[in-house]
Amino acid sequence: MLKKAIVLAGAAALTGLASTAVLAGPDDDELVIDGETFVTELPGFEGSPLDPIYSGWRFRDDATQALEMDDFENPAFVFVEQAAESWETVEGTEGKSCASCHGAVEESMKGVRASMPSYNEAAGELWSLENYVNFCRTERMGADALKWDGDELNAMTALIALQSRGMPMAPVIDGPAAEWFERGKEIYYTRYGQLELSCANCHEDHTGDMIRADHLSQGQINGFPTYRFKNTKLNSAHGRFKGCIRDTRAETFAPGSPEFRALELYVAWRGQGLSIESPSVRN
Amino acid sequence: MKRLAPLAIGAALVSAAAWADTAPGDVAFTDGAVEQSLTGKPGDAANGRVVLGDRGQGNCVACHQVSEMADVPWHGEIGPPLDGVGDRWSEAELRGIVSNAKMMFDGTMMPSFYKVDGFIRPGDAYTGNAAEVVTPILSAEQVEDVVAYLMTLKE
Ligand code: HEC
Ligand code: HEC
Ligand code: HEC
Repeated sequence: MLKKAIVLAGAAALTGLASTAVLAGPDDDELVIDGETFVTELPGFEGSPLDPIYSGWRFRDDATQALEMDDFENPAFVFVEQAAESWETVEGTEGKSCASCHGAVEESMKGVRASMPSYNEAAGELWSLENYVNFCRTERMGADALKWDGDELNAMTALIALQSRGMPMAPVIDGPAAEWFERGKEIYYTRYGQLELSCANCHEDHTGDMIRADHLSQGQINGFPTYRFKNTKLNSAHGRFKGCIRDTRAETFAPGSPEFRALELYVAWRGQGLSIESPSVRN
Repeated sequence: MKRLAPLAIGAALVSAAAWADTAPGDVAFTDGAVEQSLTGKPGDAANGRVVLGDRGQGNCVACHQVSEMADVPWHGEIGPPLDGVGDRWSEAELRGIVSNAKMMFDGTMMPSFYKVDGFIRPGDAYTGNAAEVVTPILSAEQVEDVVAYLMTLKE
């Protein structure tokens, strides 16, 4: 409390910057898409490291927020439409499309994103949505795996995630997923790189603060895949993790790696109960 | 005894030509402060100001506000504003804070700018690849320049 007061006093002296500093914290806006109100704030659940829990949408400026509220304006939908075509397109040696087995994506994929990443018994591993898509491609269609965090795979996961939009994030962290959860938690609190910063340093200890020109959110993944102005395309959660670790002057992990899948599960749990916003819009 | 003489002369010659900067591992901290200049020369405050604002160098304004640097856009609010640090801290303390703030503030989020070991997965600058050799984020000269600039921030 005292610290914040000092910071604000300092900011007031900098006339030009006063407005950015006053912004500390999320705004009070309400996210409504297609007449449906989304949960962007909720009290922490038992054992939650965050209270309240906020969607990253609440930390973006009004113009960015507005784009997510209108599917015709949301730039991510160009990619979602491309994926809807791929869904129906026959590929690979087996002469099948996704639709051949799964039928309408709106029906078969409803709710799937809500519990991702999930433990896959047969593989004996925690799988992200991307792993499921690629497994169907290579093992069931005789097609090539799509590149992790590449445009095609991100478009497909966006199409699938859209079928869970508005549903609460509900990852399963017990049973065989428990050890993945613990690994993810350990990564979250490790101070990587030459700057020695952990995810928690920025997204837990300094939520709402400005770091240079960026307004820090809780680093939630309920909006992924996300369309970003920065690279004008869809980004996976792993792509974002990679960027955040790289910015600590660290050697990152690779998108799709066991480390990032574990981290994805842990971060999903931190946002438990937030509405899925995929595909969201961020700067 | 005799055999040391040529070495002593050699060292004298080297320091006359160019003072060897204190290596990151040899910096002596006392209660978080560093008495000895890392370069043996006074720092250049004007360049220190550049280092504070440059993203590729100190990028101190990412976390701190500095009224005197209002021309440099976007100051963060992670750490306290640096206005008046030249009054609050001695030069030795500021040198210690800039070299390795963790010696002054236990567990602080502020990075250690003149340190080369103890990192987990250090990267090759901001490439995301592993570092082959870890060099300090700021050179000894840059640290001294930053300290000289901070000393000008009086209220
Ligand atoms: C030959 C039939 C077949 C094809 C073709 C196929 N799948 Fe699957 N898919 C399955 C089966 C079987 C499962 C596992 C059972 C289940 O959960 O429905 C599955 C599971 C999945 C899952 C995980 C669902 C969950 O509830 O966890 C996703 C996601 C998925 N498929 C996406 C795709 C996509 C995208 C394509 C096209 C690129 C595709 N599948 C093509 C048969 C197929
Ligand atoms: C140096 C501070 C810093 C660190 C450390 C950091 N991030 Fe970030 N992260 C940011 C900034 C700045 C943004 C963009 C603004 C925002 O949404 O917070 C961001 C954005 C994100 C987002 C996007 C949020 C959204 O709503 O779209 C996620 C997810 C994220 N970070 C996760 C992580 C994870 C996981 C780690 C640890 C591996 C991490 N970050 C480490 C600064 C950091
Ligand atoms: C990642 C954020 C971050 C960066 C980058 C950073 N600092 Fe700091 N700094 C802090 C924090 C946080 C503190 C408060 C110390 C603590 O943890 O109690 C601090 C404290 C200080 C103090 C003591 C201030 C006071 O009045 O007590 C000085 C001086 C300082 N920093 C200078 C710098 C300089 C110079 C740079 C760039 C070379 C820099 N900092 C970069 C976060 C940062």
